[in-house]
Amino acid sequence: MRTDPGTLALVSLLLPLASFFVLAIVAPFRRLGRPAAYFSVLCATGAFAAAVMAWLAQGESTIPTLHLWEWLPGQGKSLATVGVLVDPDSTVMLMLVTLVALLVQVYSLGYLHEEPPKGLGRYYTYQSLFAFSMMGLVLSPNLLQLFMCWELVGLCSYLLIGFWYPKPEAARAAVKAFWTTKLGDVGFLIGIVLLWRSAGTFDLTELHAMVQSSTLPLAGLSIITFCIYLGAAGKSAQFPFHVWLPDAMEGPTPVSALIHAATMVTAGVYLLHRTSWLFALTPDVLLIVAWVGAFTALLAAVLACVQDDIKRVLAYSTVSQLGYMMAAIGAGFSAAGFFHLLTHGLFKALLFLGAGAVIHAVGTNDISKMGGLARKMPITAIVFLIGTLSLAGIPFFGGYLSKEEILGAMWAGGLPGPFAVLMLVAFLTAFYMFRVVFLAFYGPSHVAASHGELVMTTPPDEGKIVHDQPGPHSSHLHDPPASMLLPLLTLAALAMFVGIYSTLIGPLLPAEAAEHAAPGWLTPSAVGVAVVGILLAWLTYQRRTINPESLASAFGPIRTAALAKFWVDDAFIFVYERVLLTFARVVGWTDRYIVDGVLNMVSAWTLTAGDDLRTIQTGKAQDYVYGVAVGVLALILWMKLS
Amino acid sequence: MNLPLLSIMTWAPFVAALIIMFLGRRSPLLVRWTAVLGAFVSLVASLYVYWAYDRVAAGFQFGEKFALVPSLGISYELGLDGMSALMVLLTSIIIFAGAFASWTVKERGQEFYALLLLLVTGVYGVFVSLDLFVFFLFYEIAVLPMYLLIGIWGSSGYVKPQGIFGWAMGRTGVGTKEYAAMKLTLYLLFGSAFILVGILALYVANGSRSFSFLDFQAMNIDPTLQSWVFLAFYIGFGILAAIWPFHTWSPDGHASAPTAVSMLHAGVLMKLGAYGVVRLGMGLLPDASVEWAWLVGAIACINIVYGALSALAQTDLKYVIAYSSVSHMGVVMLGAATLTQTGLNGSVFQMFAHGIMTGLFFALVGLVYEKSHSREIFKMGGFGTMMPGIATAFTIAGLSSLGLPATAGFVAEFLTFLGAWSSAHPWWLFPGVIGALLTSIYVLRVTKAIFWGPPSTDPHFQNLPDAVGTEWAALGILVFVLVLFGVVPSLAIAPIDTATMPLLMRLTGR
Repeated sequence: MRTDPGTLALVSLLLPLASFFVLAIVAPFRRLGRPAAYFSVLCATGAFAAAVMAWLAQGESTIPTLHLWEWLPGQGKSLATVGVLVDPDSTVMLMLVTLVALLVQVYSLGYLHEEPPKGLGRYYTYQSLFAFSMMGLVLSPNLLQLFMCWELVGLCSYLLIGFWYPKPEAARAAVKAFWTTKLGDVGFLIGIVLLWRSAGTFDLTELHAMVQSSTLPLAGLSIITFCIYLGAAGKSAQFPFHVWLPDAMEGPTPVSALIHAATMVTAGVYLLHRTSWLFALTPDVLLIVAWVGAFTALLAAVLACVQDDIKRVLAYSTVSQLGYMMAAIGAGFSAAGFFHLLTHGLFKALLFLGAGAVIHAVGTNDISKMGGLARKMPITAIVFLIGTLSLAGIPFFGGYLSKEEILGAMWAGGLPGPFAVLMLVAFLTAFYMFRVVFLAFYGPSHVAASHGELVMTTPPDEGKIVHDQPGPHSSHLHDPPASMLLPLLTLAALAMFVGIYSTLIGPLLPAEAAEHAAPGWLTPSAVGVAVVGILLAWLTYQRRTINPESLASAFGPIRTAALAKFWVDDAFIFVYERVLLTFARVVGWTDRYIVDGVLNMVSAWTLTAGDDLRTIQTGKAQDYVYGVAVGVLALILWMKLS
Repeated sequence: MNLPLLSIMTWAPFVAALIIMFLGRRSPLLVRWTAVLGAFVSLVASLYVYWAYDRVAAGFQFGEKFALVPSLGISYELGLDGMSALMVLLTSIIIFAGAFASWTVKERGQEFYALLLLLVTGVYGVFVSLDLFVFFLFYEIAVLPMYLLIGIWGSSGYVKPQGIFGWAMGRTGVGTKEYAAMKLTLYLLFGSAFILVGILALYVANGSRSFSFLDFQAMNIDPTLQSWVFLAFYIGFGILAAIWPFHTWSPDGHASAPTAVSMLHAGVLMKLGAYGVVRLGMGLLPDASVEWAWLVGAIACINIVYGALSALAQTDLKYVIAYSSVSHMGVVMLGAATLTQTGLNGSVFQMFAHGIMTGLFFALVGLVYEKSHSREIFKMGGFGTMMPGIATAFTIAGLSSLGLPATAGFVAEFLTFLGAWSSAHPWWLFPGVIGALLTSIYVLRVTKAIFWGPPSTDPHFQNLPDAVGTEWAALGILVFVLVLFGVVPSLAIAPIDTATMPLLMRLTGR
């Protein structure tokens, strides 16, 4: 029986929604914890299966399938619809989302085994809502639904970052993430409102048709696309909105893997890829996208080099890779960016889950307190290494081809400046990732000798490095339990498969068809800089031929600036605390003491006037007769004179 | 079956109030259930008319009419269109939830519930009466009981007199509940004087024959007169809708009022103001509406941003919510001022959405206050672990407030923004969007300060209970409605459309 891919995608979309509804409404079931988690995992499995089937069914045709319902009537006709749009891009993305969501949910069973049942139920409720919203975003046939799901994934991100809400850092990070992305979303909202005015529709298919037939008014289109880009920049952590993503690491590590590495943060890239035909009309905006992307990639790579928190290194690396994807889109090759999005989704989720396994075992995020873990947890070390090599863009590993494509795209797009920046970033990426690998998994161990005391003597929240999960952990190091290992191995296998397939045979998906001929020297030089980066990390942190301290001091000012996060966070804090809150207080004061003060003055005058007038009521007959006499006299005079 | 549904709906709370007054003082539970029953009858009636309203035929339905004073053309004339159907539904939901939310009123529960129900009768009457004289009577009934409700059952705060008007503030007694009650009542009565003048001017212009809304609508009014009457209506109703700078009664009044009264006042009564501007101002005075749209919109923009900034500056939880109402009523007025179908739909939808969300907010603030005896935001902390249910409901209300999709607030704001950009003054979009951003800042800031973070070490804030029993009823109803209308907005948009379409035809058709 041949099933319609649209129906399958719809099934896939509605399963997590069902899970969310059950968990949200049936509170006693949610509070059971484990059973609720299994239910959610079951729905996620079904969603993944349906997504794969949708992709297979879709593979036979490239004609998009549509299912639409009227959501918002207006002016007697339909103002907005909701539904699913199934085409090659959305099904591939749907597979990635459901796959990572499923693996993360399985992984969380092991990772959060110490969480009380109520908390676990809450966690899976949020996870289900996230899966639904993200899939709704991916399958969205119009910009309005995309925006709505966009906001909902932002909400889930907020809730999951703040999952351990009694922790002040988590509470702060959650709010920060929401505000920063909301800042971008304001742009997005303005963008779609403006677009609706000029095009009269939110529908992507209709808009595409308008662009193809050149009936879309071009006036002001740059403003529209720039506004939409602002939204994408907020979600995909482009400079200067990148500040929220590293802090978002306060959430549980599986959440970081799912939301803040593989899926939600790539929504901005996905949006720009979906609307690339619209952006193609505004080359000036694309140029901004490319330069900001390249700059973000560089900035985040530099920041990643000085972090000691393993999750923060990965977070900055995510920011950096998002910069890569954005740069490719800016160069006009959005397919290259989208391809990197997919491979990055796999290997970055792998890296985060691997880091989670390490944190779970060691009980700290600080790589300087790790070391020599490869012997204790060999499988984790191997999968982490696979992820790292993929990220570095080494042949036969996941990120190799997609990274080449982006570099090729930059060259073909005639953007030598961003191209050079991205080459530098490729070098830095290899360096900082292997710094983590050597410090954490190889080299002298700082754990085995001191781990016992470490747990005893160090308070959980000491210094800047915060324990990912409250409370001490098992004092013996080993590979994680099966529920955590299985997702890791699956992702590693997929990353390897994608890498080997694309290196030997060529592009895996039709979407990534080579749109540009890369010059012959590109591949050797790109791999070359990565290898140099690995070598430098090896010499510095493994062989100790180069003293890390002297290496650091060679880049003194940059290091200082990087440790201060280039003061971007400070700028935001300044604007919020000093400018906005002060201004709000001034307005609040004005309202209380000026606007309301005038009102009080009027009423006080009334009261005073009453008091004053009361004194003429003397109660003496003589005074009243006197008053009447004066009045009569005045009247007579007035009549005489007029 | 030809039941006078609108009359039943309007007078059921009044009857319940009478019964309550005759019930013994010793049976507080009976008083409460009588009130719930009265509210329930209205709820059922309003749900029925909402459902049975014929959307194809549109116009005013369920009409009732008999003459009261034939010589002056005053008659008891009721009718309901798509917009008022939604408003009476809002009223029913809020009073039904409010009856549960005031379950714990201790002293003089009998009088409290009686006054509350009397007030609601006034509100229903305003929404359904088509005779402007009766309309005005109901309007006064809706405003006056508030004086007693706040003055007797309210709570006082402390405001330090300072600034150049400090002397006056000391004289008027800023901060006390008596002050708040007096200020609110006088301000609103001041406004209603303008309304009365406006209605009488129209009556005289119509040859002193009839007070019927439909007769006024059929009349051709001189543009100059329209202009003046519109301003009178705008100021009169605008005071109740808390337009800047006539909004200062609202924070003080809502902060001092007891829970159910805040819910009702911010949730429903402020909508009376906006409803009045749309129904009487725009419905009767098409030329003047177009003429003064720039003013209404500009003031609305001030409301949105100014209200949000003021909310950000507050440290008292009730004041934050009260100022957020000022900001959100700006969205209502902005939508109306766009004079577009989308904007006007957004405006009416926002009346409903804000009514529910602010009702929920005040119910929650009441609960938090009842349990912790504090409204000082930055002294609280970590309440989320102790009262997860309240925290969840507060978050949902907050999300609706900041316009998160899948809550009613999003639909309302989005439609308003679309309307704003299509209007004659596209720049109105930007204050609106900035207001939404500021809302997200103050809402999440407050949520974080109260519910998140480590549990407070203050001995007063230990082992606070979560919501219990009937309190859940109030929260559950409001959260359900808020999400339902956010997910399925067509439930409300379809009837609204039937009312706003003819309204706009009159405005722009000329």
